[in-house]
Amino acid sequence: MSTLDPVAVFRTEAAECLEAIEAGLLDLTHQLDNKDLVDAVFRGLHTLKGSGAMFGFEALAAFTHHCETAFDRVRKGEVSATSELVAAVLAAQDHMRALVDQPDADHGNIGHKLLAQLQAAVGGKEAAPAAVLVPAAVREAPAKKNSWRIRFSLPANSMANGTNPLGLLDELRDLGECTVRANTSAIPALDELTPTDLHISWDVTLTSEQDRSAIDDVFIFVLDDMELSVEEIDGPTAAVVAPADEKAAPAPVAAASAAPVPPAAVPEFRPVEAVPAKREAPAAVSQAKAAENVRVPAERLDELMDRVGELVIAQSRLSQLASASTDIALRSVSEEIERLSGELRDTMMVLRMVPVATLFSRFRRLVHDLARETGKVIELVTEGESTEVDKTVIERLADPLVHLVRNSIDHGLETPGDRLASGKVEAGTVTLSARQAGGEVIISIKDDGRGINRERVRAKAESSGLIQAGQPLSDSELLQLIFAPGFSTAAAITNLSGRGVGMDVVKKTVEALRGAIDIVSVPGQGSEVSLRIPLTLAIIDGLLVRVGSGRYVIPLSAVEECLELSLEEDLRSRGRSFISLRDSLVPFLRLRDLFRTGTKPDVHQKVVVISTGTERVGLVVDQIIGDHQTVIKSMSKLHNNVATFSGATILGDGSVALILDVGHLVAAGQQQEAQLRVAG
Amino acid sequence: MSATAIAERFDNHWSYAEEVEVLTFDLNGETFALEAVIVQEILDLLPETAVPGSQPFVASVINFRGKVIPLADLRLAFGMEATEATIDSRIIVIEIDLQGEQTLVGLRTDKVNEVTTLAKSASEAPPSIGMRWRADYINCLVKRGGEFIILPNLQAIFSSRHNAAGAAS
Repeated sequence: MSTLDPVAVFRTEAAECLEAIEAGLLDLTHQLDNKDLVDAVFRGLHTLKGSGAMFGFEALAAFTHHCETAFDRVRKGEVSATSELVAAVLAAQDHMRALVDQPDADHGNIGHKLLAQLQAAVGGKEAAPAAVLVPAAVREAPAKKNSWRIRFSLPANSMANGTNPLGLLDELRDLGECTVRANTSAIPALDELTPTDLHISWDVTLTSEQDRSAIDDVFIFVLDDMELSVEEIDGPTAAVVAPADEKAAPAPVAAASAAPVPPAAVPEFRPVEAVPAKREAPAAVSQAKAAENVRVPAERLDELMDRVGELVIAQSRLSQLASASTDIALRSVSEEIERLSGELRDTMMVLRMVPVATLFSRFRRLVHDLARETGKVIELVTEGESTEVDKTVIERLADPLVHLVRNSIDHGLETPGDRLASGKVEAGTVTLSARQAGGEVIISIKDDGRGINRERVRAKAESSGLIQAGQPLSDSELLQLIFAPGFSTAAAITNLSGRGVGMDVVKKTVEALRGAIDIVSVPGQGSEVSLRIPLTLAIIDGLLVRVGSGRYVIPLSAVEECLELSLEEDLRSRGRSFISLRDSLVPFLRLRDLFRTGTKPDVHQKVVVISTGTERVGLVVDQIIGDHQTVIKSMSKLHNNVATFSGATILGDGSVALILDVGHLVAAGQQQEAQLRVAG
Repeated sequence: MSATAIAERFDNHWSYAEEVEVLTFDLNGETFALEAVIVQEILDLLPETAVPGSQPFVASVINFRGKVIPLADLRLAFGMEATEATIDSRIIVIEIDLQGEQTLVGLRTDKVNEVTTLAKSASEAPPSIGMRWRADYINCLVKRGGEFIILPNLQAIFSSRHNAAGAAS
């Protein structure tokens, strides 16, 4: 399976690493004295530097090294973390990203400028191009000697991945007095031996002046995949475990001195007392994580999804055949397959789900930058980050959310002065929240700013001809105007928004996801924009209906109830198209008319009542066929103009049924009702 | 050959080669030709699902190996009468570039003839008069025997239909 381009793998890893560093740095801005965060950032920088060097990203490694050095000094308490330092490293981190993406491009000047900044932030020293650090120099440092029993084993493929165990042993030996014993019991018989695999694990007894973290530093690049146990042995005696039986492997140790050790992997040592001994916890956490997660390219998941989709279709054909058959065995197999494919479908759905935290995390940086740019004090609150959404949804929501957050900050939040003047706290709050409600995820962006200025929206809409002067509009209709193309109420065009593009794109994107947008805005108190998005885009449960000779699928999540349209009601409703459902008025659409089937209606027509949120519309169909598990297939661009359908699906008999776009139909129903009302 | 290379070659196929391999088919007594490289498959007629509200030219979709693809009727683009299917009727599935996206489209034909080679020297630009069809829908005419074979400009047909539909909605 390891046909992946190693450089691509590194890039993915580096991106994650940079994200982690960024998150750490942003957290650090609020808690400058948090040692754990300093450690986390340091570890991220260290990993990035190391693996960068390993994969030939020399410029990246060299540059990152300086940041790492700066953080190392913070970690050791030589300098304290300052917001200047964090800002400098944040800026530097962008440069690292550029170095990852385009290692060969000319970044020269930016790098030097950033380093100068960094140097200023840590007080002038250390940021100069550092010499290769010589661990031997530290040996003289007077310190108490500790003994450890270290046991470690590496995954079998680690040599193929570029890890040299001899190098690791060499580094351990550099720490102090060291006895190494190889455990060769796992080596298979010669005819089963894969020579490139690693079968040896090691027991090491180490007596050193170094702190425990020095040991972890040795393994820092491989920590996530390996098994490592470090026990402290009481007293400075190295001979507690006498490791020197005949199975000891002096050969590798001897060879180790000849093995090349990448300079980046040599940890820097400082007097023990300055190092916070906090390394155990993160190591344990990352080890557990590595066991739980597998990184899979997105396309493979998509492929698997397609196969599962086809399986679901094939299965429903099988069920159809089986139900027409009298063969008991066939029927039972068909039921078994039905159950299995259902389970597989559910598992697949879960596989595609990712927590919105991945989406939200990137906004911290955006808000941080916007705060600097606008001079506003902004606090970003995120809620419901563990809510899971289909990964395609997450990807497509990123841009609209960026736009909405920018809008909140630029249009919504006031300047600190204005806020204080209107009796609010200085810092404006932007809340990003996600929660699941039925088959939908609701993602909302809320600010406590000035709210949407209705007069300005109206004035703008009137001046641009969207509405007529004085045209009566409900509040929600008025607010929906901001989604009109080219609409902007920003008095001045700023760097952030107000160029008149955006909100219409936001709306289009959300509608393409079969979602909807709600806006609530209270003048003086802020606005909230909520995006309601279906949980998944790939498979839905649908209600299969027949209209004329065509079959259509109505998403089951939108179906409220089904009624029969009685003959009298049908006749009575010739003049008006609504029925009374438990004392409320429900407009209905005759799909037969809408689709121009040219067929006669069935005697017993049915009304399927659908809803999106608060609005309800009845759809008159000829027949309700039943539930149908629907694998959604998108329609081609040639049918982009047909808004009535959100997609298509393949039925058990291989024919195609179209999926109704409920939002569009409800809107059409509302329009019809409004026309009726106007007509009196 | 990559998908875009096919599309490019299709757009200016005469400029690249002296000869081009085509698949010929009949529509209402006229012979048309498509460059063979864009043809994916030739199918017997399949059950069609009408798409209410779409352009008559692409009024239905079919299930092509688990994918839902549009079925186009070139006769309507060329203003011909839509005729009943016969025993010879076939669907030609082609892959074309629609606004940067490779799209499979089925074309309904009366009869699929053969794969043949047409020479550049025998081709002529569509005459400006004497033709019922929109000139921009035709790449060129190729004389063979006493007949003319029409090479339709699929890009123009599909994109203009699409644009017209977009403006109307």
